[in-house]
Amino acid sequence: MRASSSNSTPNPNPTPVGAAAVEAPPRRRKRKREYAHLTRFARTKARLYAALPYVLLAIVSLPIVVMYSWLLMNSFSKKTLFGFIPQELTLNNWRFLWEPLRIGTSVHPSIWTVTGNTLLFAGGVTVLIVLISTLAGFALSRFDFRGRQSIMQLTILLHAFPGVTLMIAIFFVLLYLMKFTGLPFLNSLWGVVLVKAALEIPWSAWIIKGFFDAIPWEVEWSAYVDGCNRFQAWYKVILPQIRPGIAAIAIFSFLAGWGEFIFLYTFIFSEAFYTLSLYLNSIIGEFQVVEYGVVAAVALFYMIPVIVFFIFTQKGLMQVTVGGLKGGR
Amino acid sequence: MRAAVEQRARAYRAPLNTPRTRLLRRFPTHWLFLLPMLLLVVVFFFVPVILNLILAFTDMTLSLRWEFVGLKNYVKFLQDPLIPQIAKNTLVYVSATLSINVIFGLFLALLTTYFVKRENVGLAFRSLWLLPRMTPPVVYALLWIWMTDPTEYGLLNMMLQAFGLPPLSWRTEYPMATIILVNGMVGASFGMIIFSAAIKSIPVDYIRAAKVDGASDLGVVRWVILPLLKWPLMFVTTWQTLSLLASYEYILLVTQGGPNHRSEVWSLYAYYKAFASGQYGYGAAIAMVLVAVAVIIALLMLRIFGFRRLMELMR
Repeated sequence: MRASSSNSTPNPNPTPVGAAAVEAPPRRRKRKREYAHLTRFARTKARLYAALPYVLLAIVSLPIVVMYSWLLMNSFSKKTLFGFIPQELTLNNWRFLWEPLRIGTSVHPSIWTVTGNTLLFAGGVTVLIVLISTLAGFALSRFDFRGRQSIMQLTILLHAFPGVTLMIAIFFVLLYLMKFTGLPFLNSLWGVVLVKAALEIPWSAWIIKGFFDAIPWEVEWSAYVDGCNRFQAWYKVILPQIRPGIAAIAIFSFLAGWGEFIFLYTFIFSEAFYTLSLYLNSIIGEFQVVEYGVVAAVALFYMIPVIVFFIFTQKGLMQVTVGGLKGGR
Repeated sequence: MRAAVEQRARAYRAPLNTPRTRLLRRFPTHWLFLLPMLLLVVVFFFVPVILNLILAFTDMTLSLRWEFVGLKNYVKFLQDPLIPQIAKNTLVYVSATLSINVIFGLFLALLTTYFVKRENVGLAFRSLWLLPRMTPPVVYALLWIWMTDPTEYGLLNMMLQAFGLPPLSWRTEYPMATIILVNGMVGASFGMIIFSAAIKSIPVDYIRAAKVDGASDLGVVRWVILPLLKWPLMFVTTWQTLSLLASYEYILLVTQGGPNHRSEVWSLYAYYKAFASGQYGYGAAIAMVLVAVAVIIALLMLRIFGFRRLMELMR
């Protein structure tokens, strides 16, 4: 209800709460009536008061809008006015799409190899997280066993625990895994996929457990009546029921993997395994002074999945983010 | 409801008496489901914590030889002339960013959920504020590098230029302010989301009752909403303290801790010691302080909030 602050005179036609939806008149007319009992001055005051939060929000959010519009405008223009009003349009900044970027004598790897690596990395993280957390979430939701409560508490604690503090020790874990197994855990995408997935799994197992909890026991029961064992029930009957949950954690894991920087930066040494974050980081250092346009174009290219997510995201999906916000980094 | 489900769960026996199900029954199936997660958690959480503890007692360098030196790293740590500055930086950084995160997050949540009556507008602004968080860190850092660019191409310098002032080297002049704002802009959305969920769950009757009693909008915020946000406020504060202590990704990208260690925080210092100068043992000793603090805060959280409330807050 739009209760105005200067509501000194009683509202001439008070609407009962329940009936508001029934007799909702067209918005324009309703507003006029709402302020009708006020004097001209008070009316202006009430309108200003109602507009104030919008104005405040717009002002504090302005930097974000400016920053991202700079990214867009600068990537397509040769020269800009105030940084984000394009003067001369060009596609030259996007040349990295069809030829490797060069600066001086050094040649950067092709963007497509790098994008391939990033897709591989983000995809690997997603598959691993979805598989492992749906298994674990099912056990936490549906089995009654000793230690269940402690494992759930552990999941919460690990979600709160900042994994980056363990960077140095994780480096040695990967080093010794490599020594003992002979497999490339360091300087390979797969090693970092494991690390990233491990750090994200406490959260995703937690979220997906909530989805399992919402499925009535009868559904699972019927699977057993039909002769499934627990794995079959999980795979054939329960999993199809929680598709929205799986989609949510898959999207968030993918975006987390796509944006990953610090672990890749530390554990990947050769340019052959560069992902977009490392690629962009290396060209920021080199092109920053010369051409912001090229850097902006690469950054925008890198942002595509995030943009797609923002366009197609729905209210429901946004609510899942609550648990997925890891820290204030 | 829950009791009924649990009763049925207890009543459940393996469905068929075939050799296969008999085998399954003998083997505790739930551990099979949990095994992959536990394996990863042990290898990448528990082993590292213990390994970090051990490494801190060694003189591990790039040669990767294990040489135990007792408390030498900690003695070195106490004598390190940089440590006081790093500690001060960390304190300033964490407390300033934390206040931005909590206060500004609350401000955004109140505006978008309580003061702005049109839900779509509120949602749009909330999504806008989530954008920095969803943006890959390198891109987000680039935006700040551009904003604070020392030449006249940076946004802030363009604004100075408009007033006829000479360009400023923002990142070297105000390194702490830069990293605080960089992290604050991302961190505010955490508080925003948690608080707006909490505000939305306040029964509208409470607010109406206050209005009937003559409360203004600010009065409603002060006397109805804020008291009901006690737990979310405490949750966001502790949670953010924990993650801010360990956050160095954006600092590494935007200022590299410079100039002259002026924006270097504890976790970044440990990182540099280990991966830039190869002193893994010493780096681990510095990181050990953080690991210990993180473990303590995490356990405290469980203690203060209790498991059940923590579960509700994290929904």
